[in-house]
Amino acid sequence: MSLTASSKVSEKKIWEVLENVKDPEIPVISVVDLGIVREVNLNDNEVEVLITPTYSGCPAMSVIRLEITTALLDAGFENIKIRTVLSPAWTTKWMSEKGKKALKEYGIAPPMDDERGEADLFGEMPAVECPHCGSGNTRMTNRFGSTPCKSLHQCKDCKEPFDYFKCH
Amino acid sequence: MQSYTKYSPELEYVLRIADNSLIMGHRVSEWCGHGPVLEQDIALTNIALDLLGQSRMYLQYAAELMGGEETEDSLAFLRDAMQFRNCLLVERPNGDFAHTMVRSFLFDSFHYFFTKELLNSSDKRLKDIAEKSLKEITYHRKFSAEWTIRLGDGTEESHNRMQNAVDELWPYKGELTHPDSLDKKMAKKGVGVDLKKIEPMVGEFVGQIMDRAGLKTPQDVYMHRGGKEGTHSEHLGFILAEMQFMQRAYPGQKW
Repeated sequence: MSLTASSKVSEKKIWEVLENVKDPEIPVISVVDLGIVREVNLNDNEVEVLITPTYSGCPAMSVIRLEITTALLDAGFENIKIRTVLSPAWTTKWMSEKGKKALKEYGIAPPMDDERGEADLFGEMPAVECPHCGSGNTRMTNRFGSTPCKSLHQCKDCKEPFDYFKCH
Repeated sequence: MQSYTKYSPELEYVLRIADNSLIMGHRVSEWCGHGPVLEQDIALTNIALDLLGQSRMYLQYAAELMGGEETEDSLAFLRDAMQFRNCLLVERPNGDFAHTMVRSFLFDSFHYFFTKELLNSSDKRLKDIAEKSLKEITYHRKFSAEWTIRLGDGTEESHNRMQNAVDELWPYKGELTHPDSLDKKMAKKGVGVDLKKIEPMVGEFVGQIMDRAGLKTPQDVYMHRGGKEGTHSEHLGFILAEMQFMQRAYPGQKW
């Protein structure tokens, strides 16, 4: 096998390892499905992983770096360098369909790629589908939630409160 | 620690941006656990976290420009007041919720147009940080502008408190968009923001919101300046006494 072919195989392996590194705050979605792993490079036995922060102040980022390193070490990789890239800035558009499905099953409404109400004053956010009963009859209770990436909503039918992973 | 007497113009400029977010973030974070209602407590804490995250990105850059042993932490926790470069507005005390909202509204209005313009910087790092921060700042501006309208156009009590806050904080607004020699130099180099260019944009936005809020714009007000050059009000010392306590009491302490 040529060197290029073997490094391709190993890069694929790195992506597989990263598929199993979960977001520490939302342990059902992997860092790959969340869209924060931008690039993986393998050069001369050095593994380089490029990640991008979700929000500037997200405290989960340092834990994520540590967990990526640990997972790669466990898988037998060495010389792991994790670099942060800021541009292009992370967006929920990079979240995979698989990730969105996992969020919904976990009870968090996934981002709807509808940015209405994000910037306009008093702009209404689109009605988010309740992850518990599927009703579209819901209301936002707070634009800001338990983590920077979520807002708080309530279902007017089943009455359950829920988190929405807001568009960003 | 290095002596801070000789900041390069680039470093000085990065510190101005970093310190605005750091001190504003610290001030807003003082509401954590004290918000008028849970929802606004969470909102303010989220905003403080964004600002802190932004200041970290700028301080990391500043530390790289300084080289040596400097880190984002040494810059945040081991500089004394006169080495900070934030504008005076962000160190104003929280006061009541109206004061906090007016301070946020004035700062966010400036911060939004400033950061948007920084997207054109010839300095790739500043441009990237601006790109990362702008979406967050857009939410901050929406939040504080909405509250300004809601409270200004609210009850007699809320209106009076808002007008009081506007009258008290207005003299600190001028410094935000008043270019000094460093601002002009950095704008000319293509690195910094041309404050003269954004001044009317900030003014127009602030004016529109004030109108909708039914708040009167103070006229012929003396504008305080000095924070950007390191001449601060007494409030910054109290902020640092709290923010830097651990590192001052236990030097080198690690998490």
